[in-house]
Amino acid sequence: MAKTAISAHQLVKWFGEGDARTNAVKAASFEANFGEIFYLVGPSGSGKTTLLSMISGILKPDSGSVTIDSTAIWTLSKDELADFRLNRIGFVFQDYHLFPRLTTVENVAIPLILKQRDWDEAIQEALRYLEIVGLKDRAQLPPFKLSGGEQQRVAIARAIVSQPDILIFDEPTASLDGDTGKKIMSFIKDEILNENRCVLVVTHDSRIFEYADKIMKMEDGAVTTIENKSEVK
Amino acid sequence: MKGILKIAFKLLVNDKGKFAALLMGITFAVFLMVMMTSIFSGVLRSASSVVINIGAKIWVMDPAVTTVANSIPMPDFVQHAVRSINGVKFAVPLYSGSATLRLANGAYQSVSILGLDDTSLLGRPELLEGNITDIFAENGFLVIKDSEINKLNNPHIGTTFELNEHRGVIVGIAKVAANGLFGMPTLYTTYNRAIQYIPSARFTTSYVLVEPKSVELVQHIKDEVKKMGYVAVTNEEFRENISTYYKYKTGLGTNILIMTLISFIVGLSISGQTFYTFILENLDKFGALKAIGAKSRELIIMIVFQAGFTALTGYGLGVGLCTLMIGLAKMRLPNYASVVTFGNLGIAFMMVLIIAIFSSLIGVRKVLKIEPFDVFRG
Repeated sequence: MAKTAISAHQLVKWFGEGDARTNAVKAASFEANFGEIFYLVGPSGSGKTTLLSMISGILKPDSGSVTIDSTAIWTLSKDELADFRLNRIGFVFQDYHLFPRLTTVENVAIPLILKQRDWDEAIQEALRYLEIVGLKDRAQLPPFKLSGGEQQRVAIARAIVSQPDILIFDEPTASLDGDTGKKIMSFIKDEILNENRCVLVVTHDSRIFEYADKIMKMEDGAVTTIENKSEVK
Repeated sequence: MKGILKIAFKLLVNDKGKFAALLMGITFAVFLMVMMTSIFSGVLRSASSVVINIGAKIWVMDPAVTTVANSIPMPDFVQHAVRSINGVKFAVPLYSGSATLRLANGAYQSVSILGLDDTSLLGRPELLEGNITDIFAENGFLVIKDSEINKLNNPHIGTTFELNEHRGVIVGIAKVAANGLFGMPTLYTTYNRAIQYIPSARFTTSYVLVEPKSVELVQHIKDEVKKMGYVAVTNEEFRENISTYYKYKTGLGTNILIMTLISFIVGLSISGQTFYTFILENLDKFGALKAIGAKSRELIIMIVFQAGFTALTGYGLGVGLCTLMIGLAKMRLPNYASVVTFGNLGIAFMMVLIIAIFSSLIGVRKVLKIEPFDVFRG
């Protein structure tokens, strides 16, 4: 039986004050296992980004709990939580957020630098991961000289360079054409996912649903269904 | 930590446009601040040039004297009374004044004249040409070779001029440590010749120059002079008094202070604004770093390092540029009144530190406020 990677229990989040107060996430609960790709899908404003932020330890829920591989993350102190994210969670942001003034390989090395690894050692390790994503020959270029798909792969290399067991993708195909999006998801499934890693993807791109192991639908802040991919298709 | 600083360094210097703008702002501000305060220091030094050049350990004068140029003549007995004070090794008179010369071509020229004690020639300048004993020759004057000497039509040994219907002859060309403030050539002669040639009031002694037997006796000499109704100050005290006069009683100090503050504000505005823009442009990246796992203190260190590095580099460039400009100016104008002192450098350094702290603060405040959640929300 697959081991539980993420367990979210009755997560609630409110934003705003008075009449503008909105319940962004309403008692959301789910479990995601190691070795699977878990999708959070839903229309804009459905609360999936808020839920993703609470799961990844960057937005504190008003109530409920998140457990990642037996660690209740919201019981950790601020610094402990930062260390937890650094060591256990890899992020691929929708806009990649690569530093344009650093080279590609330096961007990839950032998590290792934050982990106080020696500069040269971190660069060598980052080069190895750039090779994995097929961009070793672009190592010394600044990210803005790369195509959208290449930047996405650089962001993936940065996310996995510290070997996290949870990978979080925020709209990974939003800026890519259909073919490139599928290639990226195929790469994630074939090369990045393994039995000790859980990949969480927030998307509303139905073209890539085929790569999901589980799909959780959200609407108006509430989890409506958790289905496997065959049911969605 | 070294790695984080290296990232901060690369983020800063690889953004060439902004880094250049930051450096230009700080360099320009430092240049102006050091230049302003150096000019002021130069003016103060020039204003004290006679005190520096004569070099006597103690100066006795009327209590109303504010600057060396505005001496108030004292009666002869003051010199004798000072000589009789216990602890005085010797005391000699000094004449300090100005006069108008009629040059050989008929032109008139104002000059500063110092009349040295006939016996000791205390405070005599270093001769470049001629013999010091020639100052005792008939009508003998020494001329100081500075940027003003040309106003006497390039005098040489033997050049003659007319001073209050007396003939004067240049018998030596000398140099001094500090040039004067008022742009006039300087002549040295003996005390007796000075008071004989230059129209003067009843009293003629501008200053009494005193050599104490020992440093411990200086205070005693001061006290005794005070009892006579005059004042005795050390060389350093006299220079300090002149400096205080120019700083607080002429408006010069206030104007220089205002200019220095304007330079500081210009530097602060340019670098603060540019650094703020730099941080704003990278704000989402800093948010991403936070999400990845960077701690707030690590981001603060990065920003402080960036602001500090820029400020110190700009400081070095500004001081270098200022020194270069002053050096070049002095090559063309040897009497150019500008001196870079450690005090000036210290003031500019403190102001640059304030600029760095201010820039860091606005950057840090912005970066601390950004939430990683905002990165996800776009």
